[in-house]
Amino acid sequence: MKPSHFHYLRPQSLEEALEMLQAYGEDAKVLAGGQSLIPLLNMRLATPKYIIDIGGLDELRYIREAEGQVRIGALTRHVDVEKSGRIAEACPLLGAAVQRIGHSQIRNRGTVGGSIAHGDASAELPCVLAALRGEVRIQSTTETRVAAADTFFLTYMMTDVQPTELVTEVRFPVLPAHTGWSFQEFARRHGDFAMVTVAAAITLDGSNRIAKAQVAVGGAGPVPTVLTDLEEAIVGEEPSSALFESAAAQVGDVLEPDGDLHGTPEYRVQLAQSLVRRALDDATSKVGGAFV
Amino acid sequence: MTQRVAIELTVNGRPVRAEVEPRLLLADFLRDHLELTGTHLGCEHGVCGACTVLLDGDPVRSCLALAVQANGTHVETVESLTQEDGSLHPIQQAFADHHALQCGFCTPGFLMTVRGIFDDLPGMTEAQIREAVSGNLCRCTGYANIVRAVQQLQRDLQLQAVRDPATRSGSRVDDRGALRDTARSEVK
Repeated sequence: MKPSHFHYLRPQSLEEALEMLQAYGEDAKVLAGGQSLIPLLNMRLATPKYIIDIGGLDELRYIREAEGQVRIGALTRHVDVEKSGRIAEACPLLGAAVQRIGHSQIRNRGTVGGSIAHGDASAELPCVLAALRGEVRIQSTTETRVAAADTFFLTYMMTDVQPTELVTEVRFPVLPAHTGWSFQEFARRHGDFAMVTVAAAITLDGSNRIAKAQVAVGGAGPVPTVLTDLEEAIVGEEPSSALFESAAAQVGDVLEPDGDLHGTPEYRVQLAQSLVRRALDDATSKVGGAFV
Repeated sequence: MTQRVAIELTVNGRPVRAEVEPRLLLADFLRDHLELTGTHLGCEHGVCGACTVLLDGDPVRSCLALAVQANGTHVETVESLTQEDGSLHPIQQAFADHHALQCGFCTPGFLMTVRGIFDDLPGMTEAQIREAVSGNLCRCTGYANIVRAVQQLQRDLQLQAVRDPATRSGSRVDDRGALRDTARSEVK
């Protein structure tokens, strides 16, 4: 349970990091907080030739707001998101989801960019990013581009980030007024990898009807699944438990979870249905702010 | 030829310089190079918490950090808890008083996790205490006595704050808090 040999590179600036990726990217792994990569190294599931440690790039540690988005530098640690008053205000769904990542010792090291770039289908941040239609800024020596969440996650642990590219910023939309949110997760033990996660945001209009619904499921397929059919079906309706119950019953049609040691595909679908229903109820109950 | 990387860090208040292989884990650096064998390695992939140390004031898993990543940081291990005269730290005393350990393998990790929340402990709820120690596994005690020990420590700290508010300032605890604030100053 020790990493195999690798060559260690520690860039001092983003520019230098991107140059190293250009030169060695095909044979390299980027090390940020290391909370996903180092277990893979320890178990030798990953044996890269080069490790590019971007831990020194303080320019990638920030939380800002711009153009209706919370923009988080890739190296920002989960704990900083968890404790950020700005995020609690602007995107409380994200604040709640981040608390479910591993344990405090993990959140003290793990980074937002790392979690997104790792692309674990059952992880919390990809689910929230997918639900809210967030974006990821990706840079290389030749290009800076912004990928939408729905094209970013490709399949299990595979994202749109190319070997010579680096995730430098993750963008979560600020929740609009009159919006309630919910993050539901089921894991066999507290802090374990989730079996299924659900992120939801519900916006009501002045006549108490659903103006906007955003719902995604994680852990029930190779990438987080946005429930677009469900979203469309409940928009314009008056929220009720009956509505949510019947809407959630349909999610089995779009989910294709694999079975594993911890649960069959059928079980995961049932779990997703229950968590979606709970998330919709919970999100609606959290809608605040008076209509004038 | 095997690459070696020069690192400089502070371990338990003492400056340390070394040249290490980049693949060396922080836990193995502490145990094998510095002979600080109080840090225990259980699972070596970030699940059990036995290897918890403080890195710039925050509890982290030393099996999920490379020694080279600790370059320029302040690391505190369980060895930092015992006072110079050999007496136990209040956290250790509370664990001893409440039978919060049996075989003791996981204990260094628990002690350092609790060390990490020491400053905030007086205001924490039982649920928050349980959440805080939930990243450490113990196969002997069933956790009840560990939580009792931390709650006893909490009461002691609350009483101490009431009786003598001055004792809390100027302690090592506050230095550590300042260190953490400095490390976090970028993100605000």
